Amino acid sequence: MWNYTDKVKEHFFNPKNSGVLDSANAVGEVGSITCGDALRLMLKVDPDTQVILDAKFQTFGCGSAIASSSALTEMIIGKTVDEALTLTNRDIAEYLGGLPPEKMHCSVMGAEALRAAIANYKGEEWVDDHEEGELICKCFGVDAAMIERAVTVNGLTSLEEVTHYTKAGGSCQTCHEKIEEVLEAVMAKTGALKPAAKHTPGTVGLDAIKPLPAKPEPAAAPKLTNVQRMQAIMSAIEEMRPQIQRDGGDVELVDIDGKDIYVRLTGACSGCSQSAGTMMGVQMKLVEALGEFVRVKPASLMPAHAG
Amino acid sequence: MTIPNTTIPNRGIYLDNNATTRVDPDVLAEMLPLFTEHFGNPSSMHAFGAAVGGKIEWARKQVQALLGAAHDSEIVFTSGGTESDNTAILSIIEAYPKKREIVTSVVEHPAVLALCDYLEKKRDYKIHRIPVDGKGNLDIDAYRAALSDQVAIVSIMWANNETGTIFPIEELAQMAKAVGAVFHTDAVQAVGKIPMKLADSAVDMLSLSGHKLHAPKGIGALYVKRGLRFRPMLRGGHQERSRRAGTENAPAIVGLGAAAHLALSHMGEENTRVKAQRDRLEQAILAAVPACFVTGNPDHRLPNTCNIAFEFIEGEAILLLLNEQGIAASSGSACTSGSLEPSHVMRAMGVPYTAAHGATRFSLSRDTTDAEIDHVIAVVPGIIAKLRSLSPYWQQEAGKPKEFAPVYS
Repeated sequence: MWNYTDKVKEHFFNPKNSGVLDSANAVGEVGSITCGDALRLMLKVDPDTQVILDAKFQTFGCGSAIASSSALTEMIIGKTVDEALTLTNRDIAEYLGGLPPEKMHCSVMGAEALRAAIANYKGEEWVDDHEEGELICKCFGVDAAMIERAVTVNGLTSLEEVTHYTKAGGSCQTCHEKIEEVLEAVMAKTGALKPAAKHTPGTVGLDAIKPLPAKPEPAAAPKLTNVQRMQAIMSAIEEMRPQIQRDGGDVELVDIDGKDIYVRLTGACSGCSQSAGTMMGVQMKLVEALGEFVRVKPASLMPAHAG
Repeated sequence: MTIPNTTIPNRGIYLDNNATTRVDPDVLAEMLPLFTEHFGNPSSMHAFGAAVGGKIEWARKQVQALLGAAHDSEIVFTSGGTESDNTAILSIIEAYPKKREIVTSVVEHPAVLALCDYLEKKRDYKIHRIPVDGKGNLDIDAYRAALSDQVAIVSIMWANNETGTIFPIEELAQMAKAVGAVFHTDAVQAVGKIPMKLADSAVDMLSLSGHKLHAPKGIGALYVKRGLRFRPMLRGGHQERSRRAGTENAPAIVGLGAAAHLALSHMGEENTRVKAQRDRLEQAILAAVPACFVTGNPDHRLPNTCNIAFEFIEGEAILLLLNEQGIAASSGSACTSGSLEPSHVMRAMGVPYTAAHGATRFSLSRDTTDAEIDHVIAVVPGIIAKLRSLSPYWQQEAGKPKEFAPVYS
């Protein structure tokens, strides 16, 4: 059973503003029948003030689709059309106290119905450019369509690159096989994967054997002084903070002990199920910045100082 | 319409027995001494081990009796249906490395389908997935056409978990034998509900799962006909005559033995009392609710299973409202699984999406009571009407579907 919040249950069991709005002057109909969702949003907009006086919905869909529709109507009644347009699907999900990652698309449908209804009111044509695929990474809510896009547009070739571009697979890592499948499928389509030369079974294709290219000596990383190294770490963390702050959290450098770098995650990060992923992101960034392997650990694991 | 407020039994109404069943108290009683008293390792020389070894052999004989197998040594205990299915297929393709084709059906359990997908993609096997018709019946002509001396193994389920539809296993097995292919059947849903006599059958291998017949989870068995080439999936100790290494899950094996014994004695009841309850539930719902229909083949299915597709509403919403009434059922809707598409079984039968999403499975067991069925009959029509009143596809006043054409993404 899904772990629905009380707010989702409240809006599912007793939906607000369901039914037909006869006086509607704006109607948005969106949905995807294969994934079992369809929503008709009906609005009554005051032509003078542009205020949404009333809103009603009809939804074919699961518990969170119905709850998202109900929440949406509650959120937009009393707003002007332009104010309503600033709402995103995240706002709907937040209003409901969060949705399971598999169900975020229900809030997307709500946000799209709103845009479709307002386009209808303004007499504009509304085109749905939203694509959706199987959910691959549950930690960051990344679906197959998003990975395909990232791989195609950026010419990605490895799992690590997909993680850098989309975050997919960056936290619990259990979806790595699925990411590789999507990657292989896209690469096969674009011809990036060339089949190996075929030979009669039991023979070795001599053409396949080439002298190993001389390995270029890795340019020795200039040795940093302790002060330079500390500054490099501090500026790398400083660079990462805005991104983490956008998610409502923060990160702070606590201590450097050789290869062990202790940080403290605060704000929304503390206790967040994805904090392990964030720590790993910080570690990757530092390894990149320093050109050496370091471990990022939570400050709580710092050895107690003797005396 | 409001939902009538009849009394909900305290323990809830459990109509999801194709998902899993309650462990029978008699089964549990047989198991308990194995945890504390007879805890020895059956491989050990001492008396602690010997006592457990005897219990396991008793359990093996009970499973042999339930399947009507010729020899008790044909039963290999495993961790469940999935392991049995995987072992059967991997064992046979390893035993017959030159045969590069596998025949299965489009409505199999993922334990078979996902493995076949993997073998197709990573090991270059040719997979024949036999289609079904609108009632879930296997396309016998397509099956015949797929069979050849290149086929290593045929794996076809005895009864479908979602609709209960039964396949003509004996006929299929004989056709497979005629071309020299090994025949395996995933009988996880059928064992205990359909009488079997594998000693006289062309079936070579059969998978069963304990928790579908009132034994605990994590135990199952694979029937391997004597003389069949076999390669183990798990290698290690000599347990199960070296066909499945690893110290025996003795308490669960004894539980499965006890459950098999009970299943044999309750088989008549499943096909009379339970079947009658199922039929009563189904007829009452069909009579009270417009725009719904039974999926699968109603004339040839498991006695405990009823799958009704309610059009123009979505399964998860139905399940949530049923759950409020203390009723446990399950759905072929996409949303209950987190995938984006409705059940592969509904799609294979060509059930339209608007109905496939509302497919709801009620699966009964010998624990089901008449009072429980009464309560379900009383509340289902109200639940369906409530959701349809929210649906853009449904015209409330007219009580029938209406035109609705959203922009599809």
